[in-house]
Amino acid sequence: MGGFPILSVIIFFPIIAGIGLTLFNRSKETAIKSAALVISLLNFLFTLQMLNHFDKTTSSMQFVERRSWIPAMDINYFVGIDGISVLMIMLSALITILCILISWYAIHDKIKEFYVGLLLVEGAMIGVFCSLDLFVFYIFWEAMLIPMFLLIGVWGGANRRYAAIKFFLYTLVGSVLMLVGIILLYEFTGTFDLLKLMSINLPYKLQLVLFWAFFAAFAVKVPMFPLHTWLPDAHTEAPTAGSVLLAAILIKMGAYGFLRFSLPICPAASIAMTPIMLVLSVIAIIYGGLICLIQTDIKRLIAYSSVSHMGFVTLGIFALNTQGVEGGLLQMINHGIITGALFLCIGLIYERTHTRQIKDYGGLAKFTPVYAGIFLVFTFAAIGLPGTNGFVGEFLVILGGFKANRPAGIMAATGIIIGAAYMLWLYLKVFFAVPNEALSVHKDLSKRELLTLLPLLFLVFYVGLYPNSILSYMHQSVSDLLIHINMNDDTQAMSLLHRFYSIF
Amino acid sequence: MIFPDLNPMMPELIMTALGLLLLVFELFVKEKTNIVLVALFGIAFAYFFLGYSSGATFHGMFIADSYSRFFKYIFLICLTLSMLLSIKYLEIEKSLFGEYYILLVFATLGMMIMASSGDLILLYLGLELMALSTYILAGFLRNSEKSTEAAIKYFLMGAFSSALLLYGITLMYGLTGTTDIRAISLYLSSNQLSQNYTLMLAVVFFIAAFGFKIAAVPFHMWAPDVYEGAPTSVTAFMSVGPKAAGFAVLGRVFLMSFATMHFEWSIILSVIAILTMAAGNIIALSQTNIKRMLAYSAISHAGYALLGMVPGNAFALSGMLNYLFIYTFMNIGAFSIIIMLRSEGFSGEDISDYKGLSKTHPFVSLIMLIFMFSLTGIPPTAGFIGKFYLFSALIDAGYVPLAILALLFSVISAFFYLRIVMYMYMNDSNSEVSLSLSPALGLVIFATVIMVLYIGVFPQHFIAYARSAILSI
Repeated sequence: MGGFPILSVIIFFPIIAGIGLTLFNRSKETAIKSAALVISLLNFLFTLQMLNHFDKTTSSMQFVERRSWIPAMDINYFVGIDGISVLMIMLSALITILCILISWYAIHDKIKEFYVGLLLVEGAMIGVFCSLDLFVFYIFWEAMLIPMFLLIGVWGGANRRYAAIKFFLYTLVGSVLMLVGIILLYEFTGTFDLLKLMSINLPYKLQLVLFWAFFAAFAVKVPMFPLHTWLPDAHTEAPTAGSVLLAAILIKMGAYGFLRFSLPICPAASIAMTPIMLVLSVIAIIYGGLICLIQTDIKRLIAYSSVSHMGFVTLGIFALNTQGVEGGLLQMINHGIITGALFLCIGLIYERTHTRQIKDYGGLAKFTPVYAGIFLVFTFAAIGLPGTNGFVGEFLVILGGFKANRPAGIMAATGIIIGAAYMLWLYLKVFFAVPNEALSVHKDLSKRELLTLLPLLFLVFYVGLYPNSILSYMHQSVSDLLIHINMNDDTQAMSLLHRFYSIF
Repeated sequence: MIFPDLNPMMPELIMTALGLLLLVFELFVKEKTNIVLVALFGIAFAYFFLGYSSGATFHGMFIADSYSRFFKYIFLICLTLSMLLSIKYLEIEKSLFGEYYILLVFATLGMMIMASSGDLILLYLGLELMALSTYILAGFLRNSEKSTEAAIKYFLMGAFSSALLLYGITLMYGLTGTTDIRAISLYLSSNQLSQNYTLMLAVVFFIAAFGFKIAAVPFHMWAPDVYEGAPTSVTAFMSVGPKAAGFAVLGRVFLMSFATMHFEWSIILSVIAILTMAAGNIIALSQTNIKRMLAYSAISHAGYALLGMVPGNAFALSGMLNYLFIYTFMNIGAFSIIIMLRSEGFSGEDISDYKGLSKTHPFVSLIMLIFMFSLTGIPPTAGFIGKFYLFSALIDAGYVPLAILALLFSVISAFFYLRIVMYMYMNDSNSEVSLSLSPALGLVIFATVIMVLYIGVFPQHFIAYARSAILSI
């Protein structure tokens, strides 16, 4: 472990630099914004350098750092990444830059605190994806709540206080139940170390308890039906950057948690609980999609679409086969790109018109053609049009879902149709249809705004046409994960009872 | 006759001498804040000697071991911080009497005696010394109705609880023929008196008396009124010191004398703990006075700490100690911010006074935010470490439903703690609030917030220290 501690750098550099940002004089707004931008760009460069040295051929943890933290309870500061986490970290770093750019003129007061909050969230997010020690993971998972709560509650929309406290309390309940699970695991095994825990064969009953404890936290985060009701409020009321962070990264943490913790530590329980998870995923896909059809608020519509898209992710993960898991993981990245882009777009137009109601729009394509064109690309990506990244992810997920459970796969495919319905309907209502002359005053995209959307635009096509650029990173880790799960179980055809007794 | 060894008692003797010295000194000094300087010197002395005094004296009546040393550190820290807090506050309240500091010193002396008591009578002595001093301190604002009411309420209920304690002690004496804690435990275990009804009755009396001191339900009724009415700096002191002292004696008496009855009293204590957490957290939701809200929050924190007594093993007890240590800093820190809002003619006690504080005083709001999140138990603050370690001990002993309940109650608490944060950051201010800052107050705030953050990120040493402290029990 003599290598350069790159992971600690990308975790703590935004945090410490963000705290350092507080020393700036409140009035020097441009300086603060530029400094935040530079910090996030630097962090992204660090992550690129890390990606450069990433070894795709192995599934073992890389850039590992391990330092004793609380010896009395065998807690270590243990971080490392593999194919699953490296993609999420890259996405986090990129999205943060875009968030800073989009908020340049959108935030008017307490500017310094806003950018400090953004950077703190970035550090905590990357920390979550790097942690290999359950205690460290929990610390970052919870710590992220504080700046996010403030971001929603201070700079958000009209109903922000309600949304912020709802978000906080909902996530907190899930997290403390997960904490009980983590402590139970520690009492049983004597360690918080993920790698050690993966090698221990836990009794089935304990696995079941742990699975549901972790489920409490991850299902709230994803969010899975029926724990999804915080999401529309939080996404809608948050400022643009907050919505982007929430949709692009934060909800992925829940799915990441399933992949990183639930499946490896509780394999038998995960396999046994697959039917429930598939049912919840399909409900999320279809129900989430149907709700979108009746929305009047653009942001709320996209928020509910996130519920639907994350249903695809969990469907893929709990299909428990290569296509499914890789599809779910890819869809995590894709959804981050697509929905992040959609929220960025909505934020742009909101800055101009100060309304999110669909009825106030119409014929926007006439007045802001460039914007309309870019929005169209992201709409197609959300629908899953071949050529865009959305198609590859959803295709793999449905493929995996079909293999696991044919009805689930069929219903998920139906969900795609619903997705096309609400997205196209939204686009129609906002950009085409009868032009609303009140919109003619608004200018098209500025250079800064174009610059913000360009990376995501590029990625939509790059991943859509060359998906192996992303998939190549996950092959090794996903295959080893699936081998690990199936090592404790012969085939999925074994009945539940047979599996239960075979453990003892 | 051999003169008892005074070495283990050095800190207490220093504090006694300090108190008496200050009594005389106070007569001659015009600038009352000089008393604080002298007092701080004396406290530093006591602090220094604390590391070197250990052993038992007076035939085992007075025990100075690592357990009592841990608590005495808490008491002395609490005393120092409260003294520094009071300077500016008393000025504003126009109650700058030197007796205030003297009473604080004597109260701390009482607490230190309680922590070191190996005999029930000495315990009672320490408890009364602490209690009487705090009764007067609670009523220190002579012209305030609330303060006087607080003092009377505290005195009456305290007198009742002391009477109950005495009754319990006499029952124990009648049963065992001794008031020495260790001798009692030997007697009870050798005579197998676990199912004795008199013993059960005595245990109940002890629980009632100690429960009053730590403000556990259903002995908590005095706390909101007393905390609200007393001067805020006294409330800060009371919410930490006497509570910690109550836990110190609870630990010693119950884990030593009543060790044989662990099953019975652990059930009682767990019920009381659940009720305490429930009452504290739920009633706090509707409070509009911040001192009252923090009173109920203190009640709920007593509930969490009480859970550390339930398993009756070393791990859980060290969790309780650790929690109390962390609680000292969080709570005094929160109260110091409240004191800052008290200025000439403006009481600043209503939670709506915090609206928009982040606009006018961003740094203070940030510090209050840290304390509020720490009280809720969110990483990376010390409050989380305290709860985590305590609940780990609880789950380790097998009390998983209790731990889940406690965690869910702390989620409930998030609402009223975050309400303050929301008022500060997400609302606009009604009026311009001016803060009264003084160097001493700034020092207290600085010390407490640094400790809260430091323990949150580097808890190793504190956890290790709590673990080593309980070895003597």
